[in-house]
Amino acid sequence: MVEKLIFEKSVSGRRGHYLPPLDVPACSVQEAIPAKLRRKKTPVLPQLTEVEVVRHYTRLSSLNYGVDTGFYPLGSCTMKYNPKINEDVANLAGFSQIHPDQPAESVQGALELMVKLQQYLAEIAGMDAFTLQPAAGAHGELTGLLLIRAYHAAQGEQQRDKVLIPDSAHGTNPATASLAGCQIIQIPSNGQGEVDLVALKRVVGKDTAALMLTNPNTLGLFETQIAEIAAIVHEAGGLLYYDGANMNAIMGYARPGDMGFDVVHFNLHKTFSTPHGGGGPGSGPVGVKRKLEPFLPKPVIIYDRQKQRYRFDGERPQSIGRVKAFYGNFGVLVKAFTYILMLGGKGLKEASEKAVLNANYLLKLLSQDYEQPFAGLCKHEFIVTPPKTKEGGIRTLDVAKRLLDYGFHPPTVYFPLIVAEALMIEPTETENKSTLDAFAAVMARIAQEAEENPEILHQAPHQTPLSRLDETQAARRPVLRWKAD
Amino acid sequence: MPFLPHTRAEEETMLKTIGVSSVDELFGDIPRELCLDRPLQLPLGLSEKEAWEEVERLAQKNKHTGQYLCFRGAGAYEHYQPKAVKHLLARSEFYTAYTPYQPEISQGTLQAIFEYQTSICELTGMGVANASHYDGATALAEAALMAVEATGRSKIAVSSLVHPEYRETLKTYLFRRGVEIIELPYQEGLTAVDELAGVLTNDVAAVIIQSPNFWGSIEDLAQFAELIHQQGGLLIACCDPLALGVLASPGELGADIAVGEGQSLGLPLSFGGPYLGFMACQEKYVRRLPGRIVGKTVDRLGREGFVLTLQAREQHIRREKAGSNICSNQSLCALAAAIYLALLGPQGLEEVGRQCWQKSHYAKELLAELPGVSLPFAAPFFQEFVVQTAEAPALINQRLWEAGILGGLDLGRYYPELENYLLLCVTEMRTKEEIEQLVEVWGGVSGGKTHF
Repeated sequence: MVEKLIFEKSVSGRRGHYLPPLDVPACSVQEAIPAKLRRKKTPVLPQLTEVEVVRHYTRLSSLNYGVDTGFYPLGSCTMKYNPKINEDVANLAGFSQIHPDQPAESVQGALELMVKLQQYLAEIAGMDAFTLQPAAGAHGELTGLLLIRAYHAAQGEQQRDKVLIPDSAHGTNPATASLAGCQIIQIPSNGQGEVDLVALKRVVGKDTAALMLTNPNTLGLFETQIAEIAAIVHEAGGLLYYDGANMNAIMGYARPGDMGFDVVHFNLHKTFSTPHGGGGPGSGPVGVKRKLEPFLPKPVIIYDRQKQRYRFDGERPQSIGRVKAFYGNFGVLVKAFTYILMLGGKGLKEASEKAVLNANYLLKLLSQDYEQPFAGLCKHEFIVTPPKTKEGGIRTLDVAKRLLDYGFHPPTVYFPLIVAEALMIEPTETENKSTLDAFAAVMARIAQEAEENPEILHQAPHQTPLSRLDETQAARRPVLRWKAD
Repeated sequence: MPFLPHTRAEEETMLKTIGVSSVDELFGDIPRELCLDRPLQLPLGLSEKEAWEEVERLAQKNKHTGQYLCFRGAGAYEHYQPKAVKHLLARSEFYTAYTPYQPEISQGTLQAIFEYQTSICELTGMGVANASHYDGATALAEAALMAVEATGRSKIAVSSLVHPEYRETLKTYLFRRGVEIIELPYQEGLTAVDELAGVLTNDVAAVIIQSPNFWGSIEDLAQFAELIHQQGGLLIACCDPLALGVLASPGELGADIAVGEGQSLGLPLSFGGPYLGFMACQEKYVRRLPGRIVGKTVDRLGREGFVLTLQAREQHIRREKAGSNICSNQSLCALAAAIYLALLGPQGLEEVGRQCWQKSHYAKELLAELPGVSLPFAAPFFQEFVVQTAEAPALINQRLWEAGILGGLDLGRYYPELENYLLLCVTEMRTKEEIEQLVEVWGGVSGGKTHF
């Protein structure tokens, strides 16, 4: 490894933080805690001074690549710029230092922010009500499917436990359906990369709980037959679930609620730029149509017009229950709220407009050298595959690793599963034309290298602190923690 | 428009390259009848200065711990956050990165998680830990599902002294999976171990015990481990990692899975989130552990490095056969915990634990001297304890709040049979003087210092 492990830098007796001296009469913990409950073996934690800890993590950070480092066209992840104000608002004492169980009178600002955010998200989604409780997209999906099952059960239709999922869907969709105790029926895509209506009609029925759909889908294509799809599912008594991972394409242009979706989730860490944190914390609010509102997780946060104050409402007999402790990843909500305030309705629409403009521009540039499995325009992201070469073709993994040498974060690779060797590219709206041009030039150069010197691709990356890592060995002989010799 | 770089000229060039005459053409695939025919009814869009003022206005409507004295815990704890934690989290190479799918340019996040996993294993006495979960409640729920899968059994026994909101979350997660939940009664402030024999049958996948439990008392985990192991089930221990500097680890006591809320390790209260669910287990269950896991490997030149590993467990590979659907977790919060633990070290952590212990015991003794206040339970506790009062808790808390003190949680909210019971929390943050202030205002001797 490039940097020694923090445990290997540790020197017994060093310390990075000191407490004030104890100011109450000391009772001996040794005596107070019965021996069998007491810790006997001291945990092996790092022992370092503050400066050593600060240097360690500063050096680790320098081994990372973030949106602040450069272009990050990771498809379906919407790695747009994260405004700095977002970090500062979440750190305001009035938000970061409030206890979740304070009297409601003392957190009126926090509750007002949450109620307003619910309203904003409902307007963007075309939905009637929102819950902010889910902590991430997949958590929102689970919440959504549990809502749908509770709705069917309330209609006396317990048997509806089949979830229909297109073969282009995110892996979280089928995994969520399974977690919600449902069975999965996969729907094939047609030649245009959209849901195959004939196949859909064949499988809908009395056991259909829902169809889960991303629109635009993971190929970056708008499901143009969405109205027919919605009619087919609704006529069979099923509901429509909208995976909001790709909402960045259509804000202000079209709304899932108007397309016929009954339940949606948004990824605030994607579309609303909160940021992603290297793997979270995210936030996955869920919106529903009126008929599903009684089932939302409790407590619900509302404005009490009579008393003119915001409050929690736990009196929800039909609620699916809690999906986490407290009320959601609140700090993330503050950031999304601020982002929406700054962009406004017009700005959000323009963000989508520019996201789609950037994607189509980059697609056009790349289609000179790369294969485009689905012809035509795209929305906010698109799929290309590496060109055929004399050798028979380069692998997507090689293209991705070679991009690292040129200072770019690679696109999402090998997804969606229905396209072999897929490179899934989402430039986002915050990138300028020069960056897109530079990226396209590098991609062209890599295609050329593939012809002339394929070995340089197979061996890539060459410029990173470490070269290609052996994932097979990691899985075969797992070393998942450090141990003292 | 903020954050958008396109000049008019660039836009023209780009449209020309694409071969369309307007941006609207790019949206021509959306059927006309589905297009929103009006502007979104949202705020108009504010400058940074205006947005800051508006958000700050909302923040100022809240009372924060800098303005009142906090004696409430119940799953969210005010501890000291060393300044270096926030500064290091503010490194944007950490917070603007995605999940480390490309290990060659993500060694920072990957190594930090590997080190975090090591610290969690050390604290819990477990063989392996994952990269984090959403929070303590969801980690607990997924641990229960993990036990159901591992044992092929369909019942979960959970102590009634597990955090009520965790139990509610557990119920939500298990309901549609057809898993039956058996709630274990309490006795003397602890989970009633005597009444277990009939309940822990050989169809129970796991028993879930929180220690310190919701009332602050330390449970005898070993006893539960023995009982459930006799029946071939697992023990899931839910614990506060901060207490594990002084308390025996769940691993030592025979737990098979350890989960809990890691907020106490350097994360702010933040109105309940983002927090940190941690999850660790005995090595033999590693392939059932949900979530991201970082492992060590070598690069092409034989140099050591880190990758996300055992991904065959996960949703993006196994889809509907995955044990969990989790994708994004709480990576940055795990980083905060790792930094916190590195700054404190074993001595620092032990000292924080000891101070929480001593200050809460000091407060308990003083409160017990007040007329009308008694201590219903004798079980050892860590930093939270229950008092029984003659006066209604609402009146006491009202008096305290008016004096700038957030008093204890009225346990009647979750346990209707408990009338006039308050759960108090005293961490290392409270000084002797502040504890005495609590007691004085409580007893009506003083009106306190702070008035809102």
